[in-house]
Amino acid sequence: MIVLLNEGLIHDAVATLCLVAGALFFFAGTVGLLRFPDVYSRLHALTKADNLGLGLIILGCALQADSWQIIGKLLLIWLLALVASTTSCHLVAQAAMRMRIEPWTRHE
Amino acid sequence: MILGLFDFLLALALVGLAWRILATSDLFQGVILFIVFGLLMAVAWSRLQAFDIALAEAAIGAGLTGALLLHTLAGMEQAAVPSPASNPAAPRFVAKRILTNGILGLLTLIVGATLLRCIREIKRPELGVRELVMEELSAGGVSNPVTAVLLNFRAYDTLLEMAVLLVAVVGAWSLGPLPTSDPRPTATAPGRILLGLVRLLSPIILLVACYILWAGTGQPGGAFQAGAVLSAAGVLLVVTGVLAPPTLGPLYQRALLLTGLVTFLAVSLGVMLAGRDFLEYPPASSPQLILLIESALMVSIAITLLCLFVGGPRSAPDNSRD
Repeated sequence: MIVLLNEGLIHDAVATLCLVAGALFFFAGTVGLLRFPDVYSRLHALTKADNLGLGLIILGCALQADSWQIIGKLLLIWLLALVASTTSCHLVAQAAMRMRIEPWTRHE
Repeated sequence: MILGLFDFLLALALVGLAWRILATSDLFQGVILFIVFGLLMAVAWSRLQAFDIALAEAAIGAGLTGALLLHTLAGMEQAAVPSPASNPAAPRFVAKRILTNGILGLLTLIVGATLLRCIREIKRPELGVRELVMEELSAGGVSNPVTAVLLNFRAYDTLLEMAVLLVAVVGAWSLGPLPTSDPRPTATAPGRILLGLVRLLSPIILLVACYILWAGTGQPGGAFQAGAVLSAAGVLLVVTGVLAPPTLGPLYQRALLLTGLVTFLAVSLGVMLAGRDFLEYPPASSPQLILLIESALMVSIAITLLCLFVGGPRSAPDNSRD
């Protein structure tokens, strides 16, 4: 499908849509980082931005790529970013638990 | 136009970040902002089409230096060094503060005005050495002009750079053993997820480093970036405790540290045995020689950066040799 739709308006429109959606996820993640009440929910927002936002941006770039090698490298970047962000999220949450930070509940 | 707006916002963000880094009294916040600053600098270098520098900035400036600063911060907290936030030493007298700020403001204005004046007079890049390098590139042995300049046309500078790096490690390590005996900031053993990540990432990092080294002959890349990436693997292994931190006592560690400089010197002096001048590669084998030198440089730079991260020999109670 990528080869067939390599030129044309639909192709560029889909790629732009992916990029804009990825940017929206990153924006949402930033808003979550600034506005959420405790570290656990902020981690949740950040990893959403990392996984889905980066994935959509990579998808948008892959649609505009020239060769399969570039698409392969983009996928590798996404996988490595996934692995790294997952592990960092786990480490930060573990450190927060060790520091006895209580998760925020609605009725304090 | 959009790109111009992006560049303007980028420059504004860089200046704003720099101000925040210097103005904050929370060291942790300063370090995190410094890492972000490194990332934005890498983007700025990319916008200037200087991709090799962008790679080096991202790997060394943002990545390795950020990790080094965080590690130092954790070590400071362990050693209970008072941070500037708890030590307010602001000048009490208003006049003194006005004088200090006034002088600094005046200096900033002078430097800023001079820079603006210079920016107006920047000539077009076509008038620099770029054309000369592009003309001679075929004789350079590699197709990436940056690598050709670093490793061939101005190889003498790179040779001296390697000597400077060696002196830096020797100097940093000569300051004596470190007070903390454990390079890991927390006393808890790394969990299984972290160890799994390290096990997954180490061969990937090695592969990426070798790829950046190999790709440096034709695309942005090269020995410094590859060495920085490889040192990141070393830092990861040392911080999680999988690898013992280098002590530079065993012969193989010292050999790895010296291999870059020694190989460079061997090649540059060896061509004199063939009747050529110092550092004058024979044109037929200059690609191979450059790759050989770059491989040795990658290993040395990785060990150098790792040693600079570790910072010094560990102080052991029964260590009477160092």
